[in-house]
Amino acid sequence: MDLSVESVSRLLARTTALENEDPLVRDRILAKRRIALLFYESSTRTRTSFELAAKSLGADTTLVSSLSSSIEKGESLKDTGLTLRALGAEAIILRHSSSGAAWLLEAETRLPVINAGDGMHEHPTQALLDLRTILAHLRPGTAPVNAETLAGVTVSIVGDILHSRVARSNMLLLPRLGARVLLCGPKELLPELAAQAGPGIAIERDFEAAVRQSQAIMMLRIQAERLAGLQLDLEEYKTSYQLTGQRLAALAPTAIVMHPGPIIRGLEITAGVADGVQSTILEQITNGVAIRMAVVERALLAARQGGRA
Amino acid sequence: MTVLAIRGGHLIDPSAGVDAPRDILLKDGRVAEIASPGKLKLPEGAEVLDATGLMVAPGLVDIHVHLREPGQGYKETIATGTAAAAAGGFTSVAAMPNTTPVNDTPDITRWMQSPERHASARVFPIAAATRASKGEVLNDYAALKSAGAVAVTDDGHPILKDSVMREVLAAAARVGLSVIQHAEDTRMTQGASMNLGPVSFRLGLRGMPPEAESNLVERDIRLITELRESRAHLHVAHTSTAAALAAVRQARRSGLRVTCEVAPHHFLLTEEHVGLYNTNAKMNPPLRSAADRDAMIEGILDGVVDAIATDHAPHATHEKEVEFEHAPNGITGLETALGLSLRWLHREWKMPLGRVLSLLSAQPAALLNLKGRGTLAVGSFADVVVFDPKAEWTYRATESKSKAKNTPFDGWTMLGKVRWTVSEGRVVYNAAQSEERVWIDAPPVGRELI
Repeated sequence: MDLSVESVSRLLARTTALENEDPLVRDRILAKRRIALLFYESSTRTRTSFELAAKSLGADTTLVSSLSSSIEKGESLKDTGLTLRALGAEAIILRHSSSGAAWLLEAETRLPVINAGDGMHEHPTQALLDLRTILAHLRPGTAPVNAETLAGVTVSIVGDILHSRVARSNMLLLPRLGARVLLCGPKELLPELAAQAGPGIAIERDFEAAVRQSQAIMMLRIQAERLAGLQLDLEEYKTSYQLTGQRLAALAPTAIVMHPGPIIRGLEITAGVADGVQSTILEQITNGVAIRMAVVERALLAARQGGRA
Repeated sequence: MTVLAIRGGHLIDPSAGVDAPRDILLKDGRVAEIASPGKLKLPEGAEVLDATGLMVAPGLVDIHVHLREPGQGYKETIATGTAAAAAGGFTSVAAMPNTTPVNDTPDITRWMQSPERHASARVFPIAAATRASKGEVLNDYAALKSAGAVAVTDDGHPILKDSVMREVLAAAARVGLSVIQHAEDTRMTQGASMNLGPVSFRLGLRGMPPEAESNLVERDIRLITELRESRAHLHVAHTSTAAALAAVRQARRSGLRVTCEVAPHHFLLTEEHVGLYNTNAKMNPPLRSAADRDAMIEGILDGVVDAIATDHAPHATHEKEVEFEHAPNGITGLETALGLSLRWLHREWKMPLGRVLSLLSAQPAALLNLKGRGTLAVGSFADVVVFDPKAEWTYRATESKSKAKNTPFDGWTMLGKVRWTVSEGRVVYNAAQSEERVWIDAPPVGRELI
């Protein structure tokens, strides 16, 4: 997440403009441009919303996933990227299980690469759509945004921070707009050094204390696939960190409740809270398509201007 | 064998206490005579190297290299690795046993030293401490030693079991071999690909805690203490953390035979150099924090560090062009060690030239008991590096003599350019004809020093 506040502001403005655009006009913006979606991990939200975003700008998309491709036969990321480029791809949207994979693919292909999530590292478009969701609720009608837009706002990110690319992108992006980020979770999932990741980040181990201070609460899934042998007592985890209706009503009755998905109902969040009035989970998904339109457009029209989304 | 004279240069031989203009005569692979400028009587047909304005020093000794043979010739061969050594001023290299198969037999040990390998520098095999480096069954150290092994180690497969390590130390001590440990408690580093710290967190990479190194060094020192009577020698390879160095310092104060080496990348670079997943900044032990890096410099300056060793670890380009966590560990180092040491240790940190050279020659040679190496005393091997101490130059990985180009120092400014490297009396590197390949004869087994 190395976007400047100005770039973020332009992207948000462009998101709104594209969303309001006549679909038939929008359809010509990237008419017949070729975009490859290269997915090494399974995904519902991100893949579909990137695909819908690219298509609604008129681009042709093709999906290559690690199963059902030569990746299964041992083809390297470099060779897969070069193959896609030779097939005419003008940009690649990459989801990969290794941190830094997007940088490698960009270096080897010299194509614009959009990071759709790399290992435990980052998920920049998720942070942008989360930001748009936060702004819609806490700063409605604010445009453009600047370094003070979220001054006074505390966002808690709760749960498996260590393995979460969503957490990293959000903790780097939100303070740039003035928000304070509280990280909350057990030591195994939230090392002390996380607070050094950037400015405006603090650790609050007490979940209820974090909730009480927050205007937005971002709950994360425990990433069983990345625990690497780490043993967690899930019952203990639920007791300490589950966002329940009771806790929410008592501690943060007006805060928004966010989750990047997939949610595990009954683990980090109760069904009642996930479906409740404070939940923005589905709104985040909708914002994803809009944000990704602006990001895809930026990648293809201004690919050589540097900066990545 | 030809007779070679090096005239007009400034001889610097720290172990002999020489630091003066001297001419030197090399004959039959040995140092035959050292004389004041112009006083050398040249025999008929002697070849003369004009070293006017240049430094003449003992050929450098690197006690930690990976030459990849047998078995991984696509990364490096003994010929290409030692050609890189010669280009970097090294005339003796100690080769790690993590080859394919692992060097755990006298046969492989001898094979590595065979003249058919076409080595340009003398290769001293370090044999595996245990069979196939599996940390279970000890190898036959006496047989390995008589085949030419100079130490034992399981290198990247550190010996974790106390009982096995104790046995290794005791058995090696009985035959007078050193035990080299790559100190890493691998139970703490599963899946990790860089140093554990704020940078690894930010990059989303699993980190190796510094304690994985220091805990094992402390364990080994405890074992050495128990074996004090046996005169066992523990050498800590590529020390990278302040805590491990502190443990070595403490052990030395207690009079234990514990030595250590530091690699140039660990006294120059930090975890920040990983940048955006630069696989040429990935090695094991990893680049550490700035505090650890500073501790390495301090240890070198105050003398607790016994040697600079490169951990030259060549890999094929395609192996490094992958996701960071999948890239193999290691960087090349033979051609950059002298230039980096002179530029930083000598020029920036004011370490006397003789002390820098000693860390790169006399001290490592003494550490592994390589007789007649790392010195230019009359009678020792005619291993010489002649270099211009003032020349600044830019290192280009593409021009490397190594098969591999995996270095984080590509494009770095070096100080001190090698003009000639002489190995056992033969010019194995000549900067003016650097394409030429020259190799040396069979190891001088049984030839006693004069």
